[in-house]
Amino acid sequence: MRSPSERPALEVRDLETRIDTKLGLIKAVDGVSFSVEHGETLGIVGESGSGKSIAALSILRLVPKPSAYIARGQVLLDGEDLLEKSENEMRKVRGKRISMILQDPQTSLNPVFSIGFQVVEAIGMHADAPRKTLVQRAVEALRRVRVADPERRVDDFPHQMSGGMKQRVVGAIALGSFPSVLIADEPTTALDVTIQAQYLRLLKDIQQETGLSIIFITHDFGVVARMCDKVAVMYAGRVVEYGPVRAIFNSPAHPYTKALLNSVPAVEEDVDRLYSIKGQPPAFWDMPKGCRFEPRCDVAMERCKTEYPAKLAKAATASGGHYADCWALEEPEWIPSRS
Amino acid sequence: MKRYLVIRSLQSLLALLAISVIAFAMSHLTGSPVDAMLPDDAGPEEAARLTKLWGLDLPLYEQYFVFLGNALQGNFGDSIKWQGQTAFGLVLERLPATIQLGGFAIIVSTIIALPVGVLAAVYKDTPFDSAGKLVALLGQAMPNFWLGIVLIWIFAVHLHWLPTSGRGGFSHMILPAIAMGWFQVAAFMRLTRSAMLEVLDSEYIKLARIKGVPERRVIWVHALKNAAIAPLTYFGVIAGSIFTGSVVIETVFAWPGTGLLAIDAIRGRDFPVIQAVVVTFAGVFIVANLIVDTLYAYLDPRIRYQ
Repeated sequence: MRSPSERPALEVRDLETRIDTKLGLIKAVDGVSFSVEHGETLGIVGESGSGKSIAALSILRLVPKPSAYIARGQVLLDGEDLLEKSENEMRKVRGKRISMILQDPQTSLNPVFSIGFQVVEAIGMHADAPRKTLVQRAVEALRRVRVADPERRVDDFPHQMSGGMKQRVVGAIALGSFPSVLIADEPTTALDVTIQAQYLRLLKDIQQETGLSIIFITHDFGVVARMCDKVAVMYAGRVVEYGPVRAIFNSPAHPYTKALLNSVPAVEEDVDRLYSIKGQPPAFWDMPKGCRFEPRCDVAMERCKTEYPAKLAKAATASGGHYADCWALEEPEWIPSRS
Repeated sequence: MKRYLVIRSLQSLLALLAISVIAFAMSHLTGSPVDAMLPDDAGPEEAARLTKLWGLDLPLYEQYFVFLGNALQGNFGDSIKWQGQTAFGLVLERLPATIQLGGFAIIVSTIIALPVGVLAAVYKDTPFDSAGKLVALLGQAMPNFWLGIVLIWIFAVHLHWLPTSGRGGFSHMILPAIAMGWFQVAAFMRLTRSAMLEVLDSEYIKLARIKGVPERRVIWVHALKNAAIAPLTYFGVIAGSIFTGSVVIETVFAWPGTGLLAIDAIRGRDFPVIQAVVVTFAGVFIVANLIVDTLYAYLDPRIRYQ
């Protein structure tokens, strides 16, 4: 047994989330595992539809009902399996121990309630205190996310604020009850580049102050490089590569990760045409039997067509815990290439 | 907020003024009222005398201002059909009956339609939702005069449970209220359902759940306050039409309200009464919508801070 201090803040094991669609039952998240330590940031990278947002919502057990449901797996928060909790118990986890920031600040605040109401409500859900105290705490929460003049802003409504300011308010709502894990689902995608940088710095600062663990969902490798300690690359519902951020950047093992890194335009290079991965991700209702990236892969072998690279084949390629789902790792002549 | 309400009130006054022009013009479009008032064998001298007496020889705009001045004092002249009664007095006398029936119908239909609409959205595609759909479909497909007759036939004629027509105790209100309210329930319910469905799918509802807000509060506070705008707009429309009395329902059930008065006045070419009815109806409509506009501002801060 590991001692509690060694235990990850959040660990997801073999999570499978299915969605009942018109085209059949699909596995939007198909056997995903990852973990995030206290004070650490894990990046989940993947293109739209790779299952990263559904995985995040699965952690909070808020996948869209009734079409989606969690079929198997474990979500261990400090060792407790969230999937075994009752709905009532889950409510005490949401916002209190695990929080989430959504992508678009323009739509994630309720337009008919004041900022104060929304922050106070978030804090009041998990604290039994008189209203006056709650308002004070809400003001403090807004101050922590660097909202200027929070005493006055609490009476404002969302439409009176800029996008960046709204996203700070969403941050205050998420962090108001001092959760141990924060899931940030592309929190800066909808923001201007300058505001984006400010917001990322703010999250980093708060993490340093509070020892927060962050799961950062993004498709931007630039953000990953700035924010994350570890990375999980998702493709078609599975984590295809997982490891420390340095290892992933310096020696990506999965052809998909390599392709993704190649797609990032380099500022100092002058290229006529940006690299793009050929083909499309497979449709969930028509998954290849073998490796899901095989139809688009440059180094695919016969075996890739018929057999999914099993867990055994996840060879550690670099220092400590760097895995990839790729048969090529088993080949002796395979040499990790630098991208 | 204040500015918004002042602007809305001014707009309402303007609308009322426009209505008065229409009501005035209406009585002149159908020919001289003198023809309607005189017996068939009256001579031209008699007609000229009456024209002068009623001020019908004056220019139209002057006639309008006389009409407007009198109307502002609640004076629409005497009824032609109901001798010895003022037109406005007749309307006021009938209005309580209409408000009683209409008010009852609208309160009951709101109490039914709003929660059912909300729950139909929450339990989308379940048997509850389908049952709601069926009720709504029936309500919207059955013409209300036909429904009224069928209700009388079943519950009054055959079962003798309820009176056939007229105004009396509470039992007199049940059948006309159902005939009147079913359609409103249907429309109201469907509007609430679709507005709720849209809102429940939004990001701020997701965020409310992420915060740990209990589902009941998510639905009835976070979602409903946003979804209420569409049904509220419709409420303004039906409140207006219900409080001015359903002409059809009041006729079918011989309910002595303003709707029935309007029909009788039109049949008797009783222009003062028609004018009084039209202007009063317009007033009721405008007040109902003014109330709805005020409620908008209460619901949505984006309107409040315009």
